[in-house]
Amino acid sequence: MTRSFEKLTSRSISRRTALIGLATTAGALSAPWIARAQSDTIRIGFPTPLTGPFAAEANDQVRSAELAVKLVNDKGGIGGRKVELLVRDDKLNAGEAATRTLELIEKDKVHAVVGALSSAVQLAVNEVTRARNVIYVSISQSDTINEVKDFSPYTFHEALNPTMTTATVAKHTFQKGSRVVYLVADYAYGHEMLKGFKRAAEEIGAETVGEILHPFGAADYSTFIPTILSLSPDILCICNFGRDQANSIKQAVDFGVKDQMKIVVPVLLHNQRLAVDPEVFEGVVGGANYYWGLEETIPSAKAFNDAFRAAYNGAVPTDYGAYGYTGVASLLMAIEAAGGTDSDKVIAAFEALKYDVAKGEQYYRKCDHQSVQSVLVLESKAKADMQSDADLFKVVANEPASESVLRSCSELGFN
Amino acid sequence: MTVQLIAMQLFSGLALGAILIMVALGLSIIFGMLGIVNFAHGALFMVGAYAGLYVASLTGSFWLALVLAPVLVGVFGMLIERFLIRPLYGRSPDDPLLLTFGLGYVLVEAVRIVFGTDGIPFSTPAALRGVVDLGIGFFPLYRLFVVGVVLVVLLLLWWGLEKTKFGLIVRAGSADPLILRVLGVDIGRLWLIVFGIGVGVTALGGVLAAPMRNVSPEMGTLVLAEAFVVTVIGGMGSLAGAVIAGLLVGIAVSMTALFAPEMATIVMFALMALVLLVRPNGLYGRAAPGL
Amino acid sequence: MSTVRNVELASAEIPTGFAAFRCNLRRWRVPLSILALCLLPWVLPSQALAVNVLIYGLVAVGYNLLFGYTGLLSFGHAAFFGAGAYTTGIAIGAFGANWFVAMIAGVAVAGLLSVVMGILAIRTRGIYFSMVTLALSQLVYYTALQASSWTGGENGLRGFTVSTLTFPGFSINFLDPLVKYYAIMVVVALALWFVSRVLNSPFGAVIEAIRENETRARACGYNVERTKLLSFVLSGLLCGLAGTLSAMHLSIVPLDSLHYHTSGLIVMMTLLGGAGSFFGPFVGALAFLSMEDVFSLWTSNWQLIVGVIFILFVLYLPKGIWGTLISWRANR
Repeated sequence: MTRSFEKLTSRSISRRTALIGLATTAGALSAPWIARAQSDTIRIGFPTPLTGPFAAEANDQVRSAELAVKLVNDKGGIGGRKVELLVRDDKLNAGEAATRTLELIEKDKVHAVVGALSSAVQLAVNEVTRARNVIYVSISQSDTINEVKDFSPYTFHEALNPTMTTATVAKHTFQKGSRVVYLVADYAYGHEMLKGFKRAAEEIGAETVGEILHPFGAADYSTFIPTILSLSPDILCICNFGRDQANSIKQAVDFGVKDQMKIVVPVLLHNQRLAVDPEVFEGVVGGANYYWGLEETIPSAKAFNDAFRAAYNGAVPTDYGAYGYTGVASLLMAIEAAGGTDSDKVIAAFEALKYDVAKGEQYYRKCDHQSVQSVLVLESKAKADMQSDADLFKVVANEPASESVLRSCSELGFN
Repeated sequence: MTVQLIAMQLFSGLALGAILIMVALGLSIIFGMLGIVNFAHGALFMVGAYAGLYVASLTGSFWLALVLAPVLVGVFGMLIERFLIRPLYGRSPDDPLLLTFGLGYVLVEAVRIVFGTDGIPFSTPAALRGVVDLGIGFFPLYRLFVVGVVLVVLLLLWWGLEKTKFGLIVRAGSADPLILRVLGVDIGRLWLIVFGIGVGVTALGGVLAAPMRNVSPEMGTLVLAEAFVVTVIGGMGSLAGAVIAGLLVGIAVSMTALFAPEMATIVMFALMALVLLVRPNGLYGRAAPGL
Repeated sequence: MSTVRNVELASAEIPTGFAAFRCNLRRWRVPLSILALCLLPWVLPSQALAVNVLIYGLVAVGYNLLFGYTGLLSFGHAAFFGAGAYTTGIAIGAFGANWFVAMIAGVAVAGLLSVVMGILAIRTRGIYFSMVTLALSQLVYYTALQASSWTGGENGLRGFTVSTLTFPGFSINFLDPLVKYYAIMVVVALALWFVSRVLNSPFGAVIEAIRENETRARACGYNVERTKLLSFVLSGLLCGLAGTLSAMHLSIVPLDSLHYHTSGLIVMMTLLGGAGSFFGPFVGALAFLSMEDVFSLWTSNWQLIVGVIFILFVLYLPKGIWGTLISWRANR
């Protein structure tokens, strides 16, 4: 009896000791975090998916964003204050992104947030920032965030949205009487692309002969292609993104689809094109927000490219990378115009801002805070036509900034 | 919806089924003989694809890659069995599952570090490009090649299991390992080899899939789900079950794609749940073997 | 078979008399745990992380009831976590419900789902049980993906931010990180107390008996199927509760909450901390989330480090951090 007593008490003391030991160790480890100093810098939070399938795009974005910050700091900062970029890994996961944003706002006390690559992440960050009145510049392509349900006066959308890209691409590929088949990824972004294309097709007079939905993330498209071939369209419009885009185009080409029809996509991605052979993408037409080849015609593109080359060993910025630059640059310009980081003043500055940082003039529309900007139409080059490893696309058209490609304010639910 | 289209869809369903069988075989072999659920299966598939890529880039030959990569990865699999899984025998049957779960993460990340996070192009070998006119439609030559390879592998496995002495020992070992040890067979070495073969077959699947699907570190995630569905429907431990289940799922997915393509993945899991509820051990399965 | 993980039962002796009540530390495990949780936000780098530890700790404790104590490896508990979260979000966002009502609804729906899944899954044994739970929870995932007008689909559920918690007579500011932490901690503390009561009850003894030797438990006359189902449902309720808290904490419900990756995460945390011990899962959640937070600041390859650590634990420390600590002390 006494022995069991001792055994139990000795166990009880050591459990307490273990608990206290655990707490002390954790405290010691976290001391540097608690003792974080509050300096007078302007802090910008930058959540981005450094882990996961879009790590390459995320790293491009970080480099471009850091370049934007560096250029401003080199000129002495804003009102004498230096700018600091706090990069966080959101792991392409909406829950993680929400936690990181909460940390950035509550612990790191950032003045604004820029970032997000996927639509779900962008909406998550938006939800957190709008409840706490924090400025957010989103750089993810999505139609959902323009709608009134997700609107926040503190959020500004630097990126293109599917309505803009599809309308522009359709203008240069669809014709009156074209027969079009759509292969669509069955998720929100895929449906947004489909809706945008059909809207444009109706205006142009092109005919929809088929709509095939595929599961988001599908690896094998062989079960959809026979149907596509049997419909004999003029154009196959593939509405998906990332690896889905690379896989579906590759397999469609395997089946000989390109011999019978033209392949059109809403967005041509630099990194996805590098993930497959040039022959696979050859002749595919799609949209983009930025291509380094713009430097031949747009002076600000040349300035951006040169600064990028100087900072990063001759490399050129990619499409998604450019968002990191334009998003942060426009934010810093608005802060400068507002004379500080006061949220309401920055909002007013943003709404009045006209900026040309990489691709021509851009401005934010008042009702939904969407950046009205030029949209590129690109065609993927054949290997023989590529003059360097980065010379992937030919610029078919550079549509100037116009509100006509956007959905109207009332369509979005604003009045 | 012509008869021609339906016939073509059925055919591509069968071809897809062959790919699914290839993908599920390794998992089925390892579970059937060793009683281990290998959660790193998808990751090993991906490693196989990258191994194929590496060998092909070194030697310039797809055919060499097809032969060498599975061998290399199979040896790697044997190392995994020897050092990571063998210590777990005799403990809870959940432990190898949990360990391979963690191993999956490690392998994916290791590949990201070595090869980068982007997809890497893997061209279809020149001899296998183009389409074949089947009468009902055009079908890629490469996919027909894959179906052929799967048939050969299945034949080899069947012959190995049914007609050789080694196969006899393997089958005995999966039925009653204890008696086999009493009879003097080194069961540790047996399992080492079988694990290696299972991983090698998985890697072969990866090399074959590389020209069709994007080679990226994430390519194994969907494969894991597909392999589980096929193996569980067929019955864990039954190769015949895996074959039939693979064809069944391939056709189910293919025909669903005709009418409601977005439901294709749901159909896979629904089928799995349905089969398990009616026959809890799968179509041809039996309870888990092993110690 | 699974005695390796069971630490507390192996070294327990039931003393008698008044001394027993004083000495039996098990009765103090709830207050001590709560004390540890009170200190957490001061010790971790951010309150948001601390709240996540609370939430995932609760999920792991609930899951542990089924995995560590009853011995059933389910790979589908994300379904209950997600169901609780989505129900709460939809109740607040689409129906304008009060936060309290929404939480009750979330737990109720998760409980109902666990009854359905439990009845279907308990029929199978061993590895098939794990596979069935995986398949069923993936069905829930794909259903939520398709029902996008209710759930937001791929984009997740938004538009139900809770900024104040109203009680009769007063209200608290939920946007303040510390206030949010302690409010959630109250709920988690109550849940922990509930779990402790369950484990101390005869039911708690029966589920451990089933884990140790199912045939013998059946031979002793216990209704094994019904007990397993009850254990399944209780763990589902607790995971659902954690889901409701998560929805209110993040103001979003990501679709990933239903995916088997989340189920796998729950298993990893439980194992890391110590399946089969009371406070172990919390330690596991704390360890995992902190590691993730810290390592992802150093390198984008943090998954490698966490994966290797997990493998090492399975090989050499299967009792988990807490379980190993306890057994070291007990075997001294």
